[in-house]
Amino acid sequence: MATKTSGGDDFTSNLGRIYGIYTGGFVAFVLFIALLEKLGVPNNILGYLFVFFTIAVYAFIGIISRTMQVSEYYVAGRKVPALYNGMATGADWMSGASFVGMAGSLFLLGYDGLAFVLGWTGGYVLVAVLVAPFLRKFGAYTVPDFLSARYGGNLARFIGVIVLLCCSFTYVVAQIYATGIIASRFLGMSFELAVFVGLAGILVCSMLGGMRAVTWTQVAQYIVLIIAYLVPVVLLSAKKYGLPIPQLTYGQALQEIAALEQGFIKNGLAPATMKLHAAPFTSYTTGNYFALILCLMVGTASLPHVLMRYFTTPSVREARVSVAWSLLFIFLLYFTAPAYAAFSKLEVYSTLIGKNIGDLPAWVYSWGKINLVTICGKAAASADAVKAACGAVSGHAGILRWQDFGINTDVVVLSTPEIAGLPYVIAGLVAAGGLAAALSTADGLLLAIANALSHDIYYKMIDRHAPTARRLIVSRVLLVVVAILAAWTASTKPADILSMVSWAFSLAAAGLFPALVLGVWSKRVNATGAIAGMIAGFSVCIVYLVVTRYFPGFGVKTLGMTSLTNAAGAPLIPDMAKALAAPGAMDGWVLASHPLASKVGWMNMNNISSAIFGLPVGFIVTYVVSLMTPAPSVEMQRFLDEVRKPRGQTLMEEKTA
Amino acid sequence: MSPSDEQHWGQTRTLMFIMMGLWAFFSFFIHMFVTSLNSIVIAGFPLGFYMAAQGSLIAFVVMLFWFARAQDKIDRDHGVAEDE
Repeated sequence: MATKTSGGDDFTSNLGRIYGIYTGGFVAFVLFIALLEKLGVPNNILGYLFVFFTIAVYAFIGIISRTMQVSEYYVAGRKVPALYNGMATGADWMSGASFVGMAGSLFLLGYDGLAFVLGWTGGYVLVAVLVAPFLRKFGAYTVPDFLSARYGGNLARFIGVIVLLCCSFTYVVAQIYATGIIASRFLGMSFELAVFVGLAGILVCSMLGGMRAVTWTQVAQYIVLIIAYLVPVVLLSAKKYGLPIPQLTYGQALQEIAALEQGFIKNGLAPATMKLHAAPFTSYTTGNYFALILCLMVGTASLPHVLMRYFTTPSVREARVSVAWSLLFIFLLYFTAPAYAAFSKLEVYSTLIGKNIGDLPAWVYSWGKINLVTICGKAAASADAVKAACGAVSGHAGILRWQDFGINTDVVVLSTPEIAGLPYVIAGLVAAGGLAAALSTADGLLLAIANALSHDIYYKMIDRHAPTARRLIVSRVLLVVVAILAAWTASTKPADILSMVSWAFSLAAAGLFPALVLGVWSKRVNATGAIAGMIAGFSVCIVYLVVTRYFPGFGVKTLGMTSLTNAAGAPLIPDMAKALAAPGAMDGWVLASHPLASKVGWMNMNNISSAIFGLPVGFIVTYVVSLMTPAPSVEMQRFLDEVRKPRGQTLMEEKTA
Repeated sequence: MSPSDEQHWGQTRTLMFIMMGLWAFFSFFIHMFVTSLNSIVIAGFPLGFYMAAQGSLIAFVVMLFWFARAQDKIDRDHGVAEDE
């Protein structure tokens, strides 16, 4: 096993003290910035201080955690205590989009948005019960490692790597994109430059120390992101309701929202069909709501960058406890997000809707300038722009109606400090939190990709005799190459890739979940079955995604797809024959604006939930093909007996020297 | 597999099914009744909304800490737990 590294054990036995001092230091730093603000230091300098100070701390941790040992590089020496691994997983899991965009989605979708809150937390039950402890006992370095050992060889490993690359690469591009957006919005940096600053921030954390460095920076990043997420909304709740527990007080906000909604409808300020905040199934059909929850949960339990975090705990027992801690730390953010949404909605409903378009609050224009708030369909850049836009709407009385107002999902979290009348230091804190969330997730994903390429492809499939030093160099080179490729892709602002991120959950679920779960829980499932199942499940899923999004006309003509419906059951494409006859209807690789794109499918299922088809296909094919072929060998069954018992050595010993 | 190991796996599997049952209940079943639950309002929260926004989440967290202990007890009882 891992040899002790100098200072390593000192470090792990003093974790509480070290991170306690770190947290205190961070709070002191925030207070110091607040003081500078009082002294009149301009906001953009404060913003730079926030971003560079936090990135410098992550870089420092990354550099002191550098290592030349394989087990430290891939699994942090397997000595990360459950609690800290929980924090690291929390940061690994909560992306820039969760931090910045989740509350906004809840604002727009109301109850239906809670599918994301449920899906991204409940999945950890599957992780803890079905998968993670067994992978920890097995002792893999990567998820494809397990597939290879259980399903006899490199074909299963290779398919695992393909699935991993498909779901992780788009995801990491989105994270780097998010760092670019946050840095450019708060610092006024150009987006392209901000992307490469983000890239540098990611590389210093992961390149020298691999999993070990990423683990300890993720813990630090979790602390920053959770403080940054909670502080503004806690202050807002204290100010509005006299109780600093937003998760309790937003019940009152929900009541006020409901009363205002009824008033809007009565006074003709909103159509009778407006989405009520607490009303279920107004954005998704009931079927789609539950399908989405299932796909997000199963996807959570299959995403390699999450599963690999549980390879780092000292024991199987700690791996289980660690999943519980992870969920607790994730829960802290996800059960606060609906409070953000409710407060923000109440603010919009009580200070904007029904008011004269001449007297809108200043925050509307500051976000309208960068096109994130629209009024009457146009960016609300200034009072004149709003007047002009609403003047162009026929019969507009100059009173803002519900349907006139549009908001980008990012604004809800970003604007809360301003809406609450808090000083700039809080806005800077939120920016630092958003950056921490995006950087930490990018680190985890990048490591998952680079490890799959270096460990699974290079070491296990190309050069089984590569010396340790060369393996680690190859890992680092691949890490840098993948990171630059991702940053370059992000700098082109690829709309398609960003919308594909939500696909990652379905792809991982359909491609990996049946093989992982049955690999542990069934002794009858064999290599042929699992390989067939992975290919079948993943193919069904990706075909559904690609056809519904890029070849919708083809899907209707030959694959029996029909129009999806809205939540009320009315088809999105009322006259399919006419739509198909329209010019361009049968084109391939269509844009998102194509009239049929993502509006057709089987059984009225949105493509974001495509694992609803891939998952059962994967399970059935895996099982049926296994039954038709010989049972796994006696050795394999004995191997499984060992995987199922926590006691004993890990089953896969790697040469580490 | 020794009889003790078989018993260990049997109990592990039972615990798994209990957890999956609870998981399905809090992930799906309870939310099928959101409309009727919403007529109950506690501290301003319609109950159906509350369950999706907080209730089920709290249940998941509690379930996982309980599961970690319950599984560890099964492991210890059958002598397959790891040394501390």
